[in-house]
Amino acid sequence: MAETAYIYDAIRTPRSKGKGDGTLHEVKPIHLVTTLLDEMRTRHDLDTARVDDVMLGCVSPVMEQGAVLPKIALQKAGWDESVPGAQVNRFCASGLDTFNTAAAKVASGWEDLVCAGGFESMSRVPMGADGGPFAEDPETALDTGFVPQGIGADLIATIEGWSRDDVDAFALESQKRAAHARDNGWFDRSVIPVRDENGIVILEKDDFIKPDTDMQKLGALRASFEQPGAMGFDAVALAKYPMVERINHVHTPGNSSGIVDGASLTMVGSEQAGKDLGLEPRGRVVSIALTSTEPTIMLTGPGPASKKALAKAGLTIDDIDLVEINEAFASVALRLQRDLDVPDEKLNVVGGAIAMGHPLGATGGCLVSTMLDELERRKLKRALICMCVGGGMGIASIIERL
Amino acid sequence: MEDFRYEKDADGIVTITMDMQGQGANTMNARFEPGMRDVCDKLEAEEGLTGVVFASAKSTFFAGGDLHDILATKVVDESTFAFIEANKATYRRLEKLPVPVVAAINGAALGGGYELCLACNRRIVVDDPKAVTGLPEVTLGLLPGAGGVVRLTAKLGLETALPLLLEGKQVPPQKALKIGMVDDIVATRDELVPAAKAWIKANPEDAVQPWDRKGFRYPGGDAVHPRIRQTAMGASAMLYQKTRGLLPAPEKILDVAVNSMRMTFDAALRMETRRFIGLMATKESKAAISTFFFGMNAIKSGKVRPEGDRWKATSAAVLGAGMMGSGIAYAHAKRGLKTMLKDTEMANAEKGKGYSEKLCDKAIGRGRMDEDAKNALLSQIEPVTENAAPGSVDIVIEAVFEDIDLKDKVIADTWPMLSEDGIYGSNTSTLPISILAESCPEPERFIGLHFFSPVDKMKVVEIIMGEKTSADTLRKAYDYVQQIGYMPIVVNDSRGFFTSRVFGTFMDEGCQLLVDGLAPSAIERAAWLAGMPVGPLQVFDEVSLILGQKVRKTHKALDERLGVDSQFGHHNTATVEVTDPMIEMGRGGRQYGGGFYDYDAEGTRRLWDGLAQFARGNAEIPMEDAIDRILYRQAIETLRCLDEGVLNTEVEANLGGIFAIGFPHHTGGAIQFIRGEGVETFAARARELAEKYGERFAVPDEMYDRLRDTAAVAA
Repeated sequence: MAETAYIYDAIRTPRSKGKGDGTLHEVKPIHLVTTLLDEMRTRHDLDTARVDDVMLGCVSPVMEQGAVLPKIALQKAGWDESVPGAQVNRFCASGLDTFNTAAAKVASGWEDLVCAGGFESMSRVPMGADGGPFAEDPETALDTGFVPQGIGADLIATIEGWSRDDVDAFALESQKRAAHARDNGWFDRSVIPVRDENGIVILEKDDFIKPDTDMQKLGALRASFEQPGAMGFDAVALAKYPMVERINHVHTPGNSSGIVDGASLTMVGSEQAGKDLGLEPRGRVVSIALTSTEPTIMLTGPGPASKKALAKAGLTIDDIDLVEINEAFASVALRLQRDLDVPDEKLNVVGGAIAMGHPLGATGGCLVSTMLDELERRKLKRALICMCVGGGMGIASIIERL
Repeated sequence: MEDFRYEKDADGIVTITMDMQGQGANTMNARFEPGMRDVCDKLEAEEGLTGVVFASAKSTFFAGGDLHDILATKVVDESTFAFIEANKATYRRLEKLPVPVVAAINGAALGGGYELCLACNRRIVVDDPKAVTGLPEVTLGLLPGAGGVVRLTAKLGLETALPLLLEGKQVPPQKALKIGMVDDIVATRDELVPAAKAWIKANPEDAVQPWDRKGFRYPGGDAVHPRIRQTAMGASAMLYQKTRGLLPAPEKILDVAVNSMRMTFDAALRMETRRFIGLMATKESKAAISTFFFGMNAIKSGKVRPEGDRWKATSAAVLGAGMMGSGIAYAHAKRGLKTMLKDTEMANAEKGKGYSEKLCDKAIGRGRMDEDAKNALLSQIEPVTENAAPGSVDIVIEAVFEDIDLKDKVIADTWPMLSEDGIYGSNTSTLPISILAESCPEPERFIGLHFFSPVDKMKVVEIIMGEKTSADTLRKAYDYVQQIGYMPIVVNDSRGFFTSRVFGTFMDEGCQLLVDGLAPSAIERAAWLAGMPVGPLQVFDEVSLILGQKVRKTHKALDERLGVDSQFGHHNTATVEVTDPMIEMGRGGRQYGGGFYDYDAEGTRRLWDGLAQFARGNAEIPMEDAIDRILYRQAIETLRCLDEGVLNTEVEANLGGIFAIGFPHHTGGAIQFIRGEGVETFAARARELAEKYGERFAVPDEMYDRLRDTAAVAA
């Protein structure tokens, strides 16, 4: 690598329920982004003309999230007109993918300072709003064996033998850890309140977390994918997994990632860019990886992606202090834990998307800020961040605190 | 006489009467397109034209594509595309005429015929149950390629059109009106053309199709409507669950219907043509046309029936009011055949009749029957314990226990009931007819009539010829089976006849896979993927392991008695290896509390976890092999039956296998399956399976000769 890719900052908005009664529902997607652009600029007194690119992930980039929102947001936030912007979609990995690409750009030496992250107002542009042949072209869906992700998540649980209680227990722990972290101010450095045009705070902290939940409440929720499974999707999945007699549908809204609104923004740059702008690096990107696995079960990519990133860095899992797996579904996290043999106390130490929600395109950036904060707070060295991704893909990043 | 009669009346309305010469029905054959093109040329040039009526001089309106032509299609290329496009172009020209066009539907308008109706501005149908409309192409492995998918979707909306397109239902007039497939109904044929002309006069401006109007919206929502998108998303999986990916036609139909909404009408028509010609040469379409159209017609029309007058039974006696006897009595009563249901105890005979009552009540619950029909049906069954008067019964069917001594006694005792003209049938599934026939004074009049369980659902009867059964008796048996609405399959006497032999190989292959170490759930899934209605392990439980063992013992006893080695089921080694110990462990099948599966109180089944003990192999069996093993085992046994003369015709082999034992529908039957794979390809694969998995897949090469020598023939 020609250059070290330094992480100069990572921030995010609080996350709130991505439905009509969510706190951020009244906020435009572009406003979520400009909130973070404003903060990044003022916080670092940033000469925005030095930013080579701003790439933001978004999984449903249509309607008010469409038409390359990042570039328009840069204009609206008054960043220098020389700053280009792009919207990137790699399903749920979008946010982390922009971060990885930013690191790659900087490491290659061809760009010096790149902002990355993502946004998703799921309350305003619902998941799937962008259509696509994946699910909606019958020929494609039949040829490729499309099933909703939750069927894959339930299939993982079935194959691994995890019961409803197992996945619910994982979910409960996520809620406890997230509530504890938020209530102790562990997120305060990175979570930027969303305000209205008068400066009045609309949302200051994550309000999706359910600290009062318990096994009983979780156990009362209905399995989300039982009905679509019975409608035909189980048959599609089982055709590829004949050793499974039937799928045990264990995932519910309580043990799957929350549908929320939110945005994230990171800044990755070279050593020189940091020096020129008086920026203090918080960490560096050690390695990145992308891969893809069997697409019908769809969610088993994080393990192979993580192994690829570890190999690239010449590290083993023992060299990693904290592991963050996006909690798309409880079984995805449990599977990654099994694949890499991660002890409980290293895994998702401040909870995850089950508690705080998964604003699709933004989540990867959120995870980077969470891990940076925790490495600093715990004075640890390395974190591995990984996510499952639509189409069977997997993504991973290893970062190191400085 | 012309194919298309062209008559213009004083009001400027042209009536086109379709009367394709030299054929009983109007079809979309090679003469159709030039004829229609002429019609369009004339209509477009017609001075003072005010409207067009399409009528038919045949008893039906229009029968659709010519299946002989489609069956003969081996390769499709640009010329096929051009041919179909030219056909469709006439329909498009018709609906682009500046005057209203009306279809006067005097009889069945199916496939291409109904597609012609869809290209008209209005459809008027006569209120005659025979005047069905619909697009049954899917049942022939095809799609409606003359604009049917695109137009029906545009006319009715995706959600209404999909089931009609995917199931190919033929819809009677009143229902068609309700759905919107037709627009008006008249009481008689004579009123059709006047009604059509009256409508034209009243609606002279109604010449533009909805889809050609500005601002056209699909009924029920456009392509981007959330509900339509939801439908598009769910439909693939729902379809897959039904077809298991084995039927290309419904997949293409779904794809065309959904995607037609995402492009212009003309582009959609072209896409439809591409998908249609792609289906024409598929083995699935050949199988469906050969077996379900030509084959079924051959059986219905009695091509394999000995010549002679139609025979009709007016009275019947069924002996033994068990499950089979009760079911046969119901089948008789349903078709108005008076039947005595005889058992040794009156209570049993009454209980047997009660079975019919239960079935009627079920039908009433579903709104498919009323009390009168139920009473009429039940009045046909008379429970008795004594024989009827000598010489009074046209058909006697014994359905007593499968015990040769008992049957001997019953046959001798009940024979006198037979009328002079009558025939005697045995519903044995195991015992040789020729041996049973020894118990009766006139073996020429004795024949096997093997019904399947549950009788009310399994509408097929395996007719077994004993050595001495006369052609006359076969003719009567054939007619009787058709009289009660069942499909006759004629076979010659042999151990296990045809169906039981092949079915035995299916269940045995399930056991073979188990022994080889394939996971039990994968065995059942392989059968599912192969297209079998039920997995071999589940079906073994339903039949019961104990019954299977009993049958084997019966054949062994018969062999001893006759001093022969019948080699019955000698390939079915895994059945013995697995089920004998299972029976000893108390796992005799579902009715015995469990077998391959455990059953809970609600009847939910779970594969028994003790099955692993039977695995000797390494479990490294690719699913592909497992699927082929299930199919090839049965196909080879069917071929053997044909070779040995147990079966007489391919069509009976095909349809019998499908209807009696559930051989996968999409193959068009076991022999058609071999043809579909290609005889040499099949032979090579069978050799491969034999090398890898055992002698039971070995087929002497000359056994294929009959398939090499001939093309598939209906009978």
